[in-house]
Amino acid sequence: MPPTVKVMRRPEGARTSYLRATLKGMALTFKHLVNPNKVTLQYPEEQPVLSPRWRGTHRMEVHADGRPKCVACGLCPTVCPSNCIRLVGGEDDQGNRFPIVYEIDEFRCIFCGMCQEVCPVEAIHVGVHFENAEYTRDRFVYDLDRLMEQEHPTALLWDPSDPRSE
Amino acid sequence: MNEQTLFLIEKSIIVLTVFFSVMLVVAITTLVERRVAGFIQDRYGPNRVGPFGILQPAADGLKNFLKEETMPAAAAQPYFWLGPVISLAPALVTFAVVPFAAPLPIGDHVVPMIVADVPIGILYILALSSLGVYGVVLGGWASNNKFSFLGALRASAQMVSYEVALGLAVVVVLMMAGNVTLTEMVWQQQQLNFWFAFPISLAFILFVISAFAETGRMPFDMPEAESELVGGFHTEYSGMKYAMYPMGEYSHMITSSALMATLFFGGWDIPFWTGDDAFLFQGEWIRGFAEGGAPIAAELAWWKTLFTFAAFAAKTYFFVIFYIWVRWTVPRFRYDQVMQLGWKVMLPVALAYVMVVAATILALDQLEVSYGFWFGLVLTAVSGICTVLFLWVLDRGRTISGAASQAHERFQSDGKALSAPAGD
Repeated sequence: MPPTVKVMRRPEGARTSYLRATLKGMALTFKHLVNPNKVTLQYPEEQPVLSPRWRGTHRMEVHADGRPKCVACGLCPTVCPSNCIRLVGGEDDQGNRFPIVYEIDEFRCIFCGMCQEVCPVEAIHVGVHFENAEYTRDRFVYDLDRLMEQEHPTALLWDPSDPRSE
Repeated sequence: MNEQTLFLIEKSIIVLTVFFSVMLVVAITTLVERRVAGFIQDRYGPNRVGPFGILQPAADGLKNFLKEETMPAAAAQPYFWLGPVISLAPALVTFAVVPFAAPLPIGDHVVPMIVADVPIGILYILALSSLGVYGVVLGGWASNNKFSFLGALRASAQMVSYEVALGLAVVVVLMMAGNVTLTEMVWQQQQLNFWFAFPISLAFILFVISAFAETGRMPFDMPEAESELVGGFHTEYSGMKYAMYPMGEYSHMITSSALMATLFFGGWDIPFWTGDDAFLFQGEWIRGFAEGGAPIAAELAWWKTLFTFAAFAAKTYFFVIFYIWVRWTVPRFRYDQVMQLGWKVMLPVALAYVMVVAATILALDQLEVSYGFWFGLVLTAVSGICTVLFLWVLDRGRTISGAASQAHERFQSDGKALSAPAGD
């Protein structure tokens, strides 16, 4: 079938009014010019309101004595779809497992939040946080100490019984 | 110190002051444009560099200086360099004949607040401002880029077309003022007690439309047309060479705003007050004529200079803001609409209007109506009728409408069926 061209008829000459349309437009732009309600967020001074379910860079929860809550079960590196978590687990004298190495490559991470979802002891969390700028690339691999230092709030998980967080 | 040295010093100071003021206003206008654009779009615009973003133009300038200047391999080098210079220079030099304040008395010496009160006045402006298009054409052609070339072609066609209507609008002003110097035009407006915008309102409208086309500002920004021609005539330019094109555009804008203020809104005249009037009449500064025709000496004062300058600046900047306001409101014309408006509307209307005003002035002279209130009032009435007629016809949409609807009308008048155009 040959391509067909749809011809759009413009309004007839007598029905168009450039002048009136322009004056209307000028009035509209003037209204916006003097309108004090701007949509711009003055960012460093004003912070955006993030959703409680916002999934940002991770943080590791710690016990009162400063140890990480992680028990090195290995579920998070297993579930991680982008394979960005490196975990080497160890065991102390009482048989408690703990992470020797726990690194998250935030460049590889897709912030799906499945690590938080899968964690049996609620140790690893994604955070409500977005200011992650660094001067070098290697600073984006967060090690265990760095993860434990983070102080931003942690993300709420989606609750199937309350799907709209009401 | 002899007379000549004094003259040189005086003129040097004025030249440098005017040059740097215009450049400063250009810089500020680039910021104002972006701030106003932001406000119109419910944003704030650049407000981070310095208080209220005042230092943004300086940051832009620094950035442009540090940018790499690219030179297209196939460009015609000398013209490629020449283009930006030629587009900037005429816009700046035209400011030389615009009086920007009442004369300043220093002791018993009076300094006229104008760079060069040359007797050819407006002719100088017309001659030089049309040189500005050469910068665009040279730059676009020398880039050896098809988009630049298209932009340059459009620019030349558009500017040549609207130059005609602009010139004819100025002819009407010349008939009113009876002289070509801008100081005299300000003086005549003071004498008439009417700003020329009222007795020759249609000339003002034609002048504004043509000035928009001449500066290549929004409804007529064919040369740039970034959505059609990449970047238009300055596609290949970068760094400071690029920056000189916007600088030229903004200084063009300021100069034509100053011209609108001077030709149609009394220049530095403060409305409803005759105390500021001053004119060099046969070697004497006068502010008017007594009943018998004897000149009344002008009372000059430094504060009058200051206030008249403020009036001039306010009027000029009003038009600059108007330019910006229009730019962020209306969309660009199509190229054929620009040409149609220029040749089929502006030119005949301007010609007819010149005739009408000439006839009215002739009739008033025959009836021995003196140059004053009634003279202005009659002209205001005649021009008002012309303006209403012009706007009414324009508003019927017959002058600016889609190509499709015109084709439709044409085919209908021929009595033939309209066949769909094969693609667009």
